[in-house]
Amino acid sequence: MYPIRRAEWLAENIFLMDVEAPRIAKYCEPGQFIIAKMDEKAERIPLTICNYDREKGLITIVVQVVGASTLRMSRLQAGDAFMDFVGPLGRPSDFVTEPFEEVKNRKYLFVAGGLGTAPVYPQVKWLHEHGIEADVIIGARNKDLVIMEEEFQAVAGNLYVTTDDGSYGRSGMVTKCLQDLYDEGKRWDVCVCIGPMIMMKFVCKLTKELGIPTIVSMNPIMVDGTGMCGACRLVVDGKVKFACVDGPEFDGHLVDFDQAMKRQTIYKTFEGQAMLKAKEGDTHHGGCGQCGGDK
Amino acid sequence: MDVMKKVPVREQDPQVRAHNFDEVCLGYNEQEAMEEASRCINCKNARCIQGCPVNINIPAFVHEVKEGNFEKAFHIIGESSALPAVCGRVCPQETQCEGVCIRGIKGEAISIGKLERFVADYAREHGVEPEKADHLNGKKVAVIGAGPAGLTCAGDLAKLGYEVTIFEALHEPGGVLTYGIPEFRLPKKRVVEPEVENVKKLGVKIECNVVIGKSITIDQLMEDEGFDAIFVGSGAGLPKFMGIPGEQANGVFSANEYLTRNNLMKAFLDDYDTPINAGKKVVVVGGGNVAMDAARTALRLGAEVHIVYRRSEAELPARAEEVHHAKEEGVIFDLLTNPTEILVDEKGLVTGCKVVKMELGEPDASGRRRPVVIPGSETTIECDTVIMSLGTSPNPLIASTTEGLETNKWGCLVAEEGKTTKDGVYAGGDAVTGAATVILAMEAGKLGAKGIHEYLSAK
Repeated sequence: MYPIRRAEWLAENIFLMDVEAPRIAKYCEPGQFIIAKMDEKAERIPLTICNYDREKGLITIVVQVVGASTLRMSRLQAGDAFMDFVGPLGRPSDFVTEPFEEVKNRKYLFVAGGLGTAPVYPQVKWLHEHGIEADVIIGARNKDLVIMEEEFQAVAGNLYVTTDDGSYGRSGMVTKCLQDLYDEGKRWDVCVCIGPMIMMKFVCKLTKELGIPTIVSMNPIMVDGTGMCGACRLVVDGKVKFACVDGPEFDGHLVDFDQAMKRQTIYKTFEGQAMLKAKEGDTHHGGCGQCGGDK
Repeated sequence: MDVMKKVPVREQDPQVRAHNFDEVCLGYNEQEAMEEASRCINCKNARCIQGCPVNINIPAFVHEVKEGNFEKAFHIIGESSALPAVCGRVCPQETQCEGVCIRGIKGEAISIGKLERFVADYAREHGVEPEKADHLNGKKVAVIGAGPAGLTCAGDLAKLGYEVTIFEALHEPGGVLTYGIPEFRLPKKRVVEPEVENVKKLGVKIECNVVIGKSITIDQLMEDEGFDAIFVGSGAGLPKFMGIPGEQANGVFSANEYLTRNNLMKAFLDDYDTPINAGKKVVVVGGGNVAMDAARTALRLGAEVHIVYRRSEAELPARAEEVHHAKEEGVIFDLLTNPTEILVDEKGLVTGCKVVKMELGEPDASGRRRPVVIPGSETTIECDTVIMSLGTSPNPLIASTTEGLETNKWGCLVAEEGKTTKDGVYAGGDAVTGAATVILAMEAGKLGAKGIHEYLSAK
């Protein structure tokens, strides 16, 4: 079992947990993910590592409630435990393994959207600890959904917060912020973008025009996460890649986002049904259009 | 009783079992087993022993069954095999022990597989436990992967007195026995779990959720955790696809994914969270055991199922029994047929599969007649799901993170007699051979254990 040492809400529907997993905390690196399974009957859910403490053996995950499984997970509290917690999976971010001489001379920009803010954190922190101050754009729909701003202030070079509705920080989506900064004369050698697929798609479109090489972290549907089932396949530069072993980070200018977004929807109906069941419990008597309860 | 014929084994009725996940074959009872065992002529030069990859002393255990000494029979098998309840169910006996049985020349071979299964089931039901080593030799061995190769290797080493820890990447041990082979062929709670427990009873520790090459590397296991030798039985890896248009559509699965969702994650049971897109009309591409498993699973989930295979029935690589069972249950075989494109609607969902008819031409490198496209034979099979069962390529995680561990051009670990190119590291099973059978993986596990024992004894 993998005990939960801290559990708290960061925003509506977004929660954070510190989980004791010493084997993972010992060797994990920024960019990698874990798979969590709550109990015997739960799904295996891939989650990007959002922080780690090698000494205490802790892994931080940040999760958004999007379906029945994440709703159930959100009900766990400090003192509860995950039945299974495996990792670190996937390849670390490129800068971890690239020659440091090259990395330290680069100017990095991180573009984080919504929940994607959390997995950006260990990357920016790693660079900070290695004497590299990266610029960071955090985007959220509104003020209440901006997460981890304080943590970022401690490790980022310039931090820009933008909200879609202008309720906090700059106004508009991350692409607008990026374009504005560019127009103000800012330049970067590499952009790392993590967030909803649609956001990554449009950030990549923009950075391609601006000529900024861009890395994205893909989070497709997975089952085993160790290179066995092929569920997480996506097309990169016309070739089939597996996010769990070839990724999760890829050259954003080569990813076929439209295909990847279609693949994300495959279990939508199942998820909706399961979500209704989980939310309404025994009171669920149809209305989902699937279970036949309303016939 | 006709000594030329096998005592028939009871099976679930095909019409009934096509709708449930209970085991198809019900096995022998004591009388049937003793009767079948009495057909064995106890050959002096027993070819069946040579026919068995792990060299079980078959005439000896069959003799004990005939006499009703089932516990003794279990210990005879236990000298050679750690997983008899599994092997009795999934080995291709017709090409191994039973294939060379003298009885088989004029009549039907002894039903060795069914007898092995009977003995193992009897032992489990009667609480007969495997015999543990009486002392530990103080040496530690790590086994990577709790599948058939790893469990066998670990069992053999534990019996020799080694302290063995198996590291398993998934959340449950068993490897392909758990994630791959379906419940109706190999029940998990009743057969796989007790077999794994038996290996644990020999003193073997199993740590799940550890991905070697990621959670910890082989070098770290040897340097930081004090393991004296390693056996890599990490199994097969990434599924192969055909490279035809439409393969990324929603509704195209690898057999690995389909079976893992169903078997490991138990998607066929309502109270488990993992979903499976069962499909209403399913095309399974391929003709091996995995294809049969996927097809029969889809059938049980309520689909009409077509097996599409590019050669003819004679070349189907699956065990004869699986093909026979699949047909009985209503799986449709579209042989000498090959997909050329998967048709997809505007939402990205599968709507059909374009196929061409094939004919067999000259023999190719594998000795089988090469299938050739018949011009102008293109047709479409309407379907909403396509399951690709074309084999796998080895998992890259261990080779890519271990200095000095060589792979061949297909990415399989290079191992001779179980010994890899790295000192103290042995390997076997699908990680070395590419996708093969449970029993061949077990044979490789035995060979690995023998190699490790010789290596550590000489040290």
